[in-house]
Amino acid sequence: MKTDNHFKSLSLSVIWAWMFLFALLPFCLVIIASLMSHNESDLITLPTTLANYQHLNNSTYIRIFEKSFVIAGISTLLCLIIGYPFAYIIARMQSRWKSFLLLLVIIPFWTSSLIRSYALIAIIKAKGILNSLLIAFGIIDQPLAILFTNYAVMIGLIYNLLPFMILPIMTNVERLDQRLIDAAKDLGANRFTTFRKIIIPLTMPGIIAGSILVFLPAMTIFYIPDILGGAKSIMLGNLIQNQFLISQNWPMGSAFSAVLTLILVTLILVHVWVTRGNKKREWL
Amino acid sequence: MVKNVVELRGVYKSLHDHEILHDINLEVREGEFLTLLGPSGCGKTTLLRLISGFETPTSGNIFIDGKNVSGLPPHQRHVHTVFQSYALFPHMTVFENIAFGLRCQKVPLPEIKERVANVLRMVKLEKYAERKPSQLSGGQQQRVAIARAAVNRPRVLLLDEPLSALDYRLRKTMQIELKQLQRTLGITFIFVTHDQEEALSMSDRVVVIQEGCIEQVGTPRQVYEEPGTLKVATFIGEVNIFAGEIMSTENGKHVTLRILDKLRKAKSTRPCTPGEKVHVVVRPEDVRVWNLHEVEDATDMFTGTVEEVIYKGTTVDLIVRLADNTIVAATEFFDEDDDRLEYKIGSQIWVSWTPGWEVILPHED
Amino acid sequence: MNTTTLRNSTYLSLIYLFFYIPIIVLIVYSFNNTTFSLVWHGFTWRWYVDLFSDGDLWIATWHSFFLGIASATGATFLGMLTAVSLYRYRFPGRNFLNGLIFILILSPEIVTGAALLILFTFFHLPLGFMSLLLAHICFCIPFVIVTTYSRLISFDKNIFEAAKDLGASDFIIMIRIILPLLSPALFASWLLSFTLSLDDVIISYFVSGPEFQILPLQIYSMVRSGIKPEINALCSVLFCVTVTMVVLAQLALRKKT
Repeated sequence: MKTDNHFKSLSLSVIWAWMFLFALLPFCLVIIASLMSHNESDLITLPTTLANYQHLNNSTYIRIFEKSFVIAGISTLLCLIIGYPFAYIIARMQSRWKSFLLLLVIIPFWTSSLIRSYALIAIIKAKGILNSLLIAFGIIDQPLAILFTNYAVMIGLIYNLLPFMILPIMTNVERLDQRLIDAAKDLGANRFTTFRKIIIPLTMPGIIAGSILVFLPAMTIFYIPDILGGAKSIMLGNLIQNQFLISQNWPMGSAFSAVLTLILVTLILVHVWVTRGNKKREWL
Repeated sequence: MVKNVVELRGVYKSLHDHEILHDINLEVREGEFLTLLGPSGCGKTTLLRLISGFETPTSGNIFIDGKNVSGLPPHQRHVHTVFQSYALFPHMTVFENIAFGLRCQKVPLPEIKERVANVLRMVKLEKYAERKPSQLSGGQQQRVAIARAAVNRPRVLLLDEPLSALDYRLRKTMQIELKQLQRTLGITFIFVTHDQEEALSMSDRVVVIQEGCIEQVGTPRQVYEEPGTLKVATFIGEVNIFAGEIMSTENGKHVTLRILDKLRKAKSTRPCTPGEKVHVVVRPEDVRVWNLHEVEDATDMFTGTVEEVIYKGTTVDLIVRLADNTIVAATEFFDEDDDRLEYKIGSQIWVSWTPGWEVILPHED
Repeated sequence: MNTTTLRNSTYLSLIYLFFYIPIIVLIVYSFNNTTFSLVWHGFTWRWYVDLFSDGDLWIATWHSFFLGIASATGATFLGMLTAVSLYRYRFPGRNFLNGLIFILILSPEIVTGAALLILFTFFHLPLGFMSLLLAHICFCIPFVIVTTYSRLISFDKNIFEAAKDLGASDFIIMIRIILPLLSPALFASWLLSFTLSLDDVIISYFVSGPEFQILPLQIYSMVRSGIKPEINALCSVLFCVTVTMVVLAQLALRKKT
């Protein structure tokens, strides 16, 4: 039908226009900007230069990058260790409470992580709930200095990003065929072997997806180090925030963003490689 | 003269360099119940979709009511499809589902109400007009799917394996109902199935399709009793195949065959020449077996040993191994009082059939 | 209750407590009649009253709600169009589009924020409501697409062919079949986009201007400068609002047609 073709063309035009303008173009501009210079009056000017990438070799930047990498890495690992059993248990539940429990995990996923990070302050500060409880139970004498340290940042990251690890693993575990586990047991595998050789490899796509969803934000959510780590705590996110909004050095900030995007693409390729056997590639 | 409501001439269909349909020539008569029968993957569903307009032929022409419909989209062809999964709109009531096509054609509301009520009466679902599909049983959903298509008064109704999702009993009931419905509606039905029993019991004519080619078109009786090729013979029903040679012919129809070193008289529907190699096909229910002592003149019979006796309730199937290791299946109606049917595994018997009940086919490898 | 179940239940409870205790503490302390101490000094509505008389906050709230409604609507419309087109049509670049959406979901917000900032500057778009609106629609669309598409693939795909067979044009199919069947998913997508917009800090930080104040950025600056009890009340309110939206969205998604 002629009108059908019009409808289809119109829809596709709108979609492609939006995608081009607001998905493709911005990222291209970032790459271009990272290759430009800046001066007092213009945020981005010619000449093109690789200087920004060379500046990445600066020892301060490298230190910050390493620190972000380590903190984000440890947080991701802890999210995995804490979150995997949680996801596994819930995914395999048969009880009628399951949807309710699921809802309780989804709520933190969608609500403001700024608010939730702020809520942590009351718990971990020197006169906070955690310290009061520990002192009251006689476990420690002096309050632990958690707030405004790297530990606070890590707790904040784990607190905010744990749902992002749980949900992909959970969807993956739900699709796990129980018969495979039964077959392994039937052939004589104990629980540990079954877990190591059957369950982990089969849930690897979920693990990778969860790790991507935790690791990248962990490196770049700037308000968590800001409010929980204090003024001294600068991670990659704060660095980029600074470059764009305080130093007004957009090309430098773009260079950082480009590096981040490269890390993202690498992780995605890992995910694609791990799921290469699966025919149905769904969005997480 | 009976009109051809659908005609396919020289239709080919290929997808991704893979030929699905090869040189299809078919005439569908007005008012008939035609079944496209074939195993999975033979192309019968593709053929249906070519007629309905959801696929276009790679070459060849399709005519509906004498008009070439190449390039015409589905809804302009006056044919409608009933899908295997029924595809009822889950958010609409039965009434709205059936009225959908009429609404798209902008038929005035009073007429819609009347036509929908009529067709609901025909499928015996008058009281269900306000229900949603999820509140209906499988059989009822199917009747709604048929009603939805039929209310638009198509020239042909195309049904794509509509009964395959139903359980055995419901299938049997629906087969009878569909046949009656077709007569009541008076619309030509083109029905696709892989179930040969279904095809034989419901159709006016059967089109046997294998590997993209039409093997045979005929009434159920023709297709079953006079298969034109070995493929058709083996696809429909059980069959015993013997290799043979024509020894002599008389007036074209009566021939003398040599099978397994025995000479037998037979009838052929095609012209045969002496010395010609043929395949002889005999249905198990046409095979007769006798105990050795029961027969005096066994010149045209074969000796065999009973290998299996399978009691099936109404029939007893015997698997017999002949002297040259050919396996023959024989089916007899089980008669409680007839001792003759007490065969034991290992017994020696004579195997034969009434001359004329076999079908002689050209030799195929 | 056997030991496995006991162990599992304990583990689950611990994690749930971990999630919710800070929030509960927050809400409880929003009623605490004291400025700084964590000791309970009695129940009070004081901070909520202060909150409601803060004119600046009201403006920011109104701005955020308006922005949220506009972004959610825009994102739901465009996202639905994309999901339906991806589902129904084969077109060149389809796989590329899939990949693009996948990358958008995973992309860190800071990169998206920076990229959009550069984009808007490139087009000389002043930073304010428009830049925020476009940015919010941008990051909400992938979630709408994923939610809507999952709902679409759960339908019997023959339904669309049946509709075409009966004479429906693509437009009619969209209006009479797709939209009604998708309405729970669209409702849920709208609500989820609204909460995403309401809570967004990072991207908004990059693309907002001084003229159009929004709530999350107000909260951020308040938290950094340390004016405490009002924040507790504000956060509690905002939290409860978003929880309501999320619960409604989940109920809608669970509904079968």
